[in-house]
Amino acid sequence: MAHINVDENLPGIRGLMNFRPETAQPMNELAEVLLRMENSLSRGERELIATYVSSLNDCFFCQNAHGGIAQHYLQCDAAFIDNVKVDFVNSAISDKLKALLSIAGSVQKGGKHLTHDQVEHARSLGATDREIHDTVLISAAFCMFNRYVDGLGTSAPTDLDFYRNRGKQRAEEGYAHYDPKN
Amino acid sequence: MAHIPVSPEIPGIRSLALFRPETAKPLYALVQVLLRQPSPLSAAERELLAAYVSFLNRCRFCTESHAAAARSLYGNEAGLVAEVFENLDTAKISPKLKALLRIAEKVQQSGKAVTPQDIVVARNEGATDGELHDTVLIAATGCIFNRYVDGLDT
Repeated sequence: MAHINVDENLPGIRGLMNFRPETAQPMNELAEVLLRMENSLSRGERELIATYVSSLNDCFFCQNAHGGIAQHYLQCDAAFIDNVKVDFVNSAISDKLKALLSIAGSVQKGGKHLTHDQVEHARSLGATDREIHDTVLISAAFCMFNRYVDGLGTSAPTDLDFYRNRGKQRAEEGYAHYDPKN
Repeated sequence: MAHIPVSPEIPGIRSLALFRPETAKPLYALVQVLLRQPSPLSAAERELLAAYVSFLNRCRFCTESHAAAARSLYGNEAGLVAEVFENLDTAKISPKLKALLRIAEKVQQSGKAVTPQDIVVARNEGATDGELHDTVLIAATGCIFNRYVDGLDT
């Protein structure tokens, strides 16, 4: 049971977005720009950053929802995603993406945790200013989404197939015109 | 020096908004709805919540901006902003606002830190679903802005 009276048939952020559509709209627009619109980081890479930060924040709903979307884009299985969450340094992703995940992990702790050396390391591996900017903002954004979802005590399905199936749908439909009831 | 090339004359979030207007648009739209459009919480209370979370995140730019807005909106009672920063227990604010600030404090640490008991305390002081929702989302939104501004070292 969530801390406020939301439709319990709508898990995670969906019940909250249905409760307050006025705030849902700009949040979905932000997700659309950050995670789907034109970018030198692929949609799969961006969803992976979102998944990683959500796992650091221990947000079950968000890490599985975005993990499901990342699986769809990256055409990978749940084990690959789990490996990135627990040990990205030794996972089969590019060195640049590892450097960006390290940046995202520091921002998750707090903005001041990110060091100049981490940024320069990412740059030396080819990360652009905009990729660094977007990585910081994706991490910061999920520090908001995760707190929103867990701070109001929303429920989340425990069946992981639920997230995998919806991941495909969300990847296809996007966030901009998100209908929390669908 | 910021981590990315932004104008050094323009402080904080404004320099980032110029660097990436596509993300600035929904970010500002969210703040506009949360802090300015109709809510069961007054504009002063909402600015105080934003200032307090920024203060806890030690984000100077965001703390100063929202504290100034809160002081201006509180008018004759502007002094209570400093009281809240100094000691929330003794600040001369309503028990309901105090309970909501306590919830914001938990959200600043982690969403999972908010307990059913925190919610009961606020409800016993008269907090509604709408007030609880906006309190949690304002605190969560502080955590995106503070990390964005400080993460890029503006």
